[in-house]
Amino acid sequence: MELNSKIPSGPIQDKWDSHKFNLKLINPANKRKYQVIVVGSGLAGASAAATLAELGYDVKCFCFQDSPRRAHSIAAQGGINAAKNYQNDGDSIYRLFYDTVKGGDFRSREANVYRLAQISVNIIDQAAAQGVPFAREYGGMLANRSFGGAQVSRTFYARGQTGQQLLLGAYSALSRMIAAGKVKMYPRTEMLDLVMVDGKARGIVTRDLTTGKIESHAGHAVVMATGGYSTVFYLSTNAMGCNVTANWRAHRKGAAFANPCYTQIHPTCIPVSGDHQSKLTLMSESLRNDGRIWVPKKKGDTRAAKDIPENERDYYLERLYPSFGNLAPRDLASRRAKDMCDLGQGVGATGLGVYLDFSDAMKRDGEATISEKYGNLFDMYERITGENPYRQPMRIFPAPHYTMGGLWVDYNLMSTIPGLHVLGEANFSDHGANRLGASALMQGLADGYFVIPYTIGDYLAREELKDVSPSDSEFIETEKQVRQKIDRLLSIDGTRTVDSFHRELGRIMWNHCGMARTDKGLKEALVKIPELRDEFWNNVRVLGEGSDLNQSLEKAGRVADFLEFAELMCHDALTRAESCGGHFREEHQTEDGEAKRNDEEYSHVSAWEFTGVGSTPKLHKENLEFENVKLATRSYK
Amino acid sequence: MNQAQSFPRSSIGKKFLMAITGLMLLGFVLGHMIGNLKAFQGAEKFDAYALFLKEVGKPVLGKGDFLWMARLGLLAAVGIHIFCAVSLTLQNRKARPVGYKKTAREASTYASRTMLWGGIILALYVIYHILHLTTGHAHHDFGSSVYGNMVAGFKQWPVSLAYVIAQIALGMHLFHGFWSAFRTLGANNPNRDKKLRAIAVFLAVAITAGYLSIPVSVMAGIIQ
Amino acid sequence: MKLTLHVWRQKSTSQKGAFETHVMDSVSPDMSFLEMLDELNQALITNGKEPVAFDHDCREGICGSCGVVINGRPHGPQRATTACQLHMRSYQDGQEIWVEPWRASAFPVVKDLMVDRTSFDRIIQSGGFISVRTGSAPDANEIPVPKVDADKAFDAAACIGCGACVAACPNASAMLFTAAKVSHMGLLPQGQPEREQRVLSMVSTMDEEGFGSCTNHKECQEACPKEISIDYISRMNRDYVCASKNKG
Repeated sequence: MELNSKIPSGPIQDKWDSHKFNLKLINPANKRKYQVIVVGSGLAGASAAATLAELGYDVKCFCFQDSPRRAHSIAAQGGINAAKNYQNDGDSIYRLFYDTVKGGDFRSREANVYRLAQISVNIIDQAAAQGVPFAREYGGMLANRSFGGAQVSRTFYARGQTGQQLLLGAYSALSRMIAAGKVKMYPRTEMLDLVMVDGKARGIVTRDLTTGKIESHAGHAVVMATGGYSTVFYLSTNAMGCNVTANWRAHRKGAAFANPCYTQIHPTCIPVSGDHQSKLTLMSESLRNDGRIWVPKKKGDTRAAKDIPENERDYYLERLYPSFGNLAPRDLASRRAKDMCDLGQGVGATGLGVYLDFSDAMKRDGEATISEKYGNLFDMYERITGENPYRQPMRIFPAPHYTMGGLWVDYNLMSTIPGLHVLGEANFSDHGANRLGASALMQGLADGYFVIPYTIGDYLAREELKDVSPSDSEFIETEKQVRQKIDRLLSIDGTRTVDSFHRELGRIMWNHCGMARTDKGLKEALVKIPELRDEFWNNVRVLGEGSDLNQSLEKAGRVADFLEFAELMCHDALTRAESCGGHFREEHQTEDGEAKRNDEEYSHVSAWEFTGVGSTPKLHKENLEFENVKLATRSYK
Repeated sequence: MNQAQSFPRSSIGKKFLMAITGLMLLGFVLGHMIGNLKAFQGAEKFDAYALFLKEVGKPVLGKGDFLWMARLGLLAAVGIHIFCAVSLTLQNRKARPVGYKKTAREASTYASRTMLWGGIILALYVIYHILHLTTGHAHHDFGSSVYGNMVAGFKQWPVSLAYVIAQIALGMHLFHGFWSAFRTLGANNPNRDKKLRAIAVFLAVAITAGYLSIPVSVMAGIIQ
Repeated sequence: MKLTLHVWRQKSTSQKGAFETHVMDSVSPDMSFLEMLDELNQALITNGKEPVAFDHDCREGICGSCGVVINGRPHGPQRATTACQLHMRSYQDGQEIWVEPWRASAFPVVKDLMVDRTSFDRIIQSGGFISVRTGSAPDANEIPVPKVDADKAFDAAACIGCGACVAACPNASAMLFTAAKVSHMGLLPQGQPEREQRVLSMVSTMDEEGFGSCTNHKECQEACPKEISIDYISRMNRDYVCASKNKG
């Protein structure tokens, strides 16, 4: 396996422009002869499918939800960054680039990040023209806010539903192309494998989730925009359907998986209430602007928050990070909360929670002001917990939220499999070891609207692609494998439900490959995961038929892939013997408990090659070169 | 984009026609009610008013011409109103072939849910009313004095009761119909909504009370 | 707490369905309604019975996947709340709960509590967009939008497409859904060029899909988890009449 990142030469400011000029083009009349398969209909998938169809390609788009509008991009709250400098506060493409590389703890590719910052401005134009109702000032111009500790106001937002509004914009563009007959949409259809012909990605095998029909689709190129894998932890802020299946299937067929251990844990989520819990709910990070985070100084203090006097409270973020205080970056805020709970100072029935207290803010600004700012969030908190945050402090705890790792792609967003392109959260490219707030939406849309439409043409124009059809032997063989796996799942008829396996896997991953990782813990996980996987294949109970709507079967297939993927994640975390961004190895920290990077040995992308289930994957390294940004230690003291 | 269907075929088009014809009929009902109140001024004034209605438009039009034109207009309005109502009701029934085991109504009113039945009661009533006081076919003692026919008719309690029931149905129909018509016409907005609701209540109560006052007064001996 | 659940079971669109009764002995008030259904399903699987199929995904009230009628109310009794955010503390020990799918001919039942809402997608496909080719947009601040209009457009755009409005409407009408999209785009300057064609086309599709008509019951507004106002329906009616007039 060869990793050629294909980063264009020249000064960073000119790379993308000169690259675009060098890309081969396809004659407008010929584009319709090319079929492109797009898997996923979130920000990246919907924008790519719509744009490729506008250009004239013959597009098929697939999603497992009942409508493309429901992809999980819809749940993003905060906003989208763009280097518009509408606020005249000194923002620029270069500054957004710099902040993103630094925020990613120097583990991303400079050229990709610079391109992302360049394109960010076009995304806002496109979305505004589509009718995305961004927040406005009274003069009718777009409003911005500062987000995630950024020192400039470059975040565009649509109340707390920016992801929803941007996704509905992309969905409307996709709908227009569906109506025009340029995109054929396949809702409730899940990709279960990738089909390779002559070493190139030429199609997919899908299951119609309503009828159970297994079917092949052939094309000239495959674009996967299939999201992240946070649900490997079982409990996360991701949707219930989010999964690693498409990515894992592609990985098994030869696509390298890059940096799988880079996962982001978001500090402000509602804590777990009991064993019945199915998912966790994120509360906007903006709450930390006015809320103060604290725990009781005494271990196991069971008094109600209001009965704990001021001098018996530990406002630990303010204590540890005097200049950033409660606004410390996500990874630090999350880890410190875990530390406090590990010390036995956690609050709530489970002891896994810290207080986020608004009483000082309400005293200072009045309850009405706080209600105006956060009323929706307070209502949501009360709906879920039954507690009134105006009367008692909120309880929060970190939860898995986003995965920076993903399939390895080159500058053209093509994986190590020719013809397989990967966009959005599903690829690894732009966020390094830690994603900054309001950057996920930016990346998904940049990939879909403004990168893939150029780069895919180059691939199609350069390659000699023979005609293939679903009746070819490669397709039939892949379909057979898919059917065999389904039959096997249905035939085990064991005693444990799919969910119980997923839950147990999640616990292993959270304990050993979660917020803080150790050599010992990861090695333990690497023993436990194969054991659980063996039990799964001998003792899972999946009822019903394959030729019918069967949600247990869908879940079983996804959990089966997670049980293989989890091992890769632990291998990656074990191999990366440094702490960086969202990856924290306890052995590698400074005296005061901060992450300690090792640039000498680990300034590279870890791209893993599949070598078989249960066998150690093969590591390939792509060295990261920093020509524009100077490597430095992040400091938020 | 989809090829648009013709306006009267669309559900909004039909609703629009119902709203317009409904408001026309409301105008008639209001005028008719005010005219009827002349009953309190005695037989002479009342009969003179009845004669006036026949002679409106003289000398350009012949006797009763205007009245017939008005009747044809009303008949067309009623016809369109009923046609659209039937068509939309069929559409609505088809839209939910299987109902719920449990229903909990949160916002709708008794009046809004009974528009169809109110309409049927009113249609039957209008037929009876014409046979009773216009043509006399359903009157036990029909004479030449409009006033006399009215008083004689209402002296019989089953007749008065039928009128009372019909007027209450009319009131409810108007209460929802008036407000709903403005929504359908798109003439409603958040600032006007409360006012329109208030006017709807006022009209429904005033018209019902106005009409009811006559049979009640006859029964009570106030009108003789 | 203990609950008696009557759940609608239906194998497929073409087969007949019926209610099935289950007694749940230990429901925690901290569970969401869907977590309670999860628990039921775990018990069913353990007992060798097929679990109840229901749509759900984000479980934070924004994707619009979930939706069942609970004791006659779409998404249950709490205002502005989807079924996934409804918690069992809204119910009392010993209560009987009837769970039914959305009922409308335009939303055929797929299985158990799942319905096919692709008719909503087809309404959007018939005009719920602004035709702007990627890359052709002017600078975002070249189209100023008065804040009041932007806010009103947002209120309409907040629709999650769950279908509760149709489920709640005694006529199974999709007017609130359609009006929300027509108004979102009609209120913005970007949406003006296609405004008339959009409303004509979307209303036609809505009728063709077999939804009922609006008789202003207001049940949709009450059931809407995003509290979208029926004023948008009034607004769409006006747009539709004007567009029809100009077309002729």
